[in-house]
Amino acid sequence: MDRQFILLSTLCYLGAIAHTLATFRDGIFRPRRFNFFAIALGFVFQSAFLYLRGHALGRCPITNLFEVFVFLAWSLALIYLLIGPAYRLSLMGAFTAPLVLLLQTFALLAPIDVRHPVRVAVNPWLEFHASISMIAYGAFALACVAGVMYLVQERQLKTHQLHSIFYHLPPLTNLFSALTRLLWLGFALYTAGLVSGFFTGEPLPRFKMICAFAVWIFYGTILQGRHLHRVAPRRIAALCILAFTAAVSVLWAINFVSETRPT
Amino acid sequence: MNLFCIGISHHTANVETRERYAGACSEEAVRSAMGCREALLLTTCNRVEVYGSAEKPIAIEDVLQLLQRCGADEIENANAFYRHDGEACAEHLFRVVAGLDSMVIGETEILGQVKKAYEKARASASAGPLLHRLFQRAFRAAKQVRSNTDITRGAVSVGSVAVDLAVKIFGDLRECSVLVLGAGETSERTARALNSRGVTDIRVSNRSPERGQILAELINGRAVSFENWTEQCREIDILISSTSAAEPLVTPQLLAPMLRSRPDRPLFIIDIAVPRDVAPDVNDMEGVYLYDIDSLQSIAEQSLALRRQQISAAEKIIAEHVADFAARFGGRTSVSPPLNTRALTSES
Repeated sequence: MDRQFILLSTLCYLGAIAHTLATFRDGIFRPRRFNFFAIALGFVFQSAFLYLRGHALGRCPITNLFEVFVFLAWSLALIYLLIGPAYRLSLMGAFTAPLVLLLQTFALLAPIDVRHPVRVAVNPWLEFHASISMIAYGAFALACVAGVMYLVQERQLKTHQLHSIFYHLPPLTNLFSALTRLLWLGFALYTAGLVSGFFTGEPLPRFKMICAFAVWIFYGTILQGRHLHRVAPRRIAALCILAFTAAVSVLWAINFVSETRPT
Repeated sequence: MNLFCIGISHHTANVETRERYAGACSEEAVRSAMGCREALLLTTCNRVEVYGSAEKPIAIEDVLQLLQRCGADEIENANAFYRHDGEACAEHLFRVVAGLDSMVIGETEILGQVKKAYEKARASASAGPLLHRLFQRAFRAAKQVRSNTDITRGAVSVGSVAVDLAVKIFGDLRECSVLVLGAGETSERTARALNSRGVTDIRVSNRSPERGQILAELINGRAVSFENWTEQCREIDILISSTSAAEPLVTPQLLAPMLRSRPDRPLFIIDIAVPRDVAPDVNDMEGVYLYDIDSLQSIAEQSLALRRQQISAAEKIIAEHVADFAARFGGRTSVSPPLNTRALTSES
């Protein structure tokens, strides 16, 4: 029943993408309020799902891969809605919607919404650890989106082929600055998630620990490269995309391995 | 009431002809001499047009005679004048205000010029309720065209293309440093354009220090020695080069050590010189964006092409506004010449 909210939410994101594609077909690629409101409505449906599922489970709804993907998509939309307009990253919605759509379509189609047979006791530290880590993933996802936008804009400037989208994308330096802030935000949240993991009182599986620290080190290295001005912005943008792809794969791997022991 | 527009523009006459009629008479003269209830004169470098409303149809010849009486030369360009009545007058004005009738399609200066002409006519009570509604609707249509299409997008001159690109790379230009290498005319124009967008740190380096100093003063910059221009490259964000050097001055070998110390800071190079001052493979370097005169001109042409693509979308918006205007005020804009005629003199 609660999955219908995710279906509705996915339709909202699909609507945002269809609208973007329609304007693109007309040769006008411009930011519109429609995208923002479609994403906001999608976010409302995601929140409704999480509320109902959380209520049914009696805990934060991150007990299987389906819920993890929905929570990740929700975090991504949340950070976009908070940060996108603040930094005037006008086209970020047009780039965010496809990523959310991808996550939710996969979650809806794959047979991953498996209820755990045993009701696990609520552990506040564990809840905090899992939810804050997911929100960190949302920030990393948005950094990935900013990275894609940066590479699109940079490519056009390098090749001198300026399409309609060029005039609506933010300047390179603004994109890079937003990307850096999102990376720092994600890294801080992820670090808090990692540290809180030690207070859960639960046994810490070695594979999970290694994967989590690998992601942390990856992002830490990117930020270090940025901080020391050692890595060019284009490479940082590309690394953000790579790091997020790796982080999502790791998330899947962790879930796959600990399938029998939900977090 | 007959709503009409009679005028001459860059489409029908050259500048020598147009300038004879610019400022030749006043709105009051049009009203009193031709018995118009309302009149508005629009005079720009590309057009001289009379908009008005009258009880009886006004003939082009009457306007020409008036212009003649007001001091214009002997009327010998009657065939260069056009007239639009009723709905066609509204359509013409909406196209003019939206920049569709301009020499550079989509230019926005015309909107300000029309607003000024309207304010002047309103202040002198020459513009009454019908012209008021017509012009207010024209401003609304133009605003909608600008916000719903890409008709005003992109720069169409070399200097403004360079500024647009700089903005797309750096965002806020106030913190940017510019080095002008060589004191050419296009460099000056580009530097001026950057200065107008907030750039304050402009350095000029020229083989002839005197000319460099003159240019620096002209563009609110400072002259630096030509022998030390490579040192300046470490600190700047934008390099405008237009020397007469026979061989490229800026090469990857020269830039590589400088770029190593600033990997996260882009460098925008505008090479206006012919032969080019900057080796083309500089563009392959990380964080360097090189544009020569051809690529700047090509972007200006791309922008124009993009604007042309938007004409049909803009015309659709205008058609909606014309239809709505005609529906609301159709009875009050009725015409003696058939409705919807956009006749040039030869046709009317």
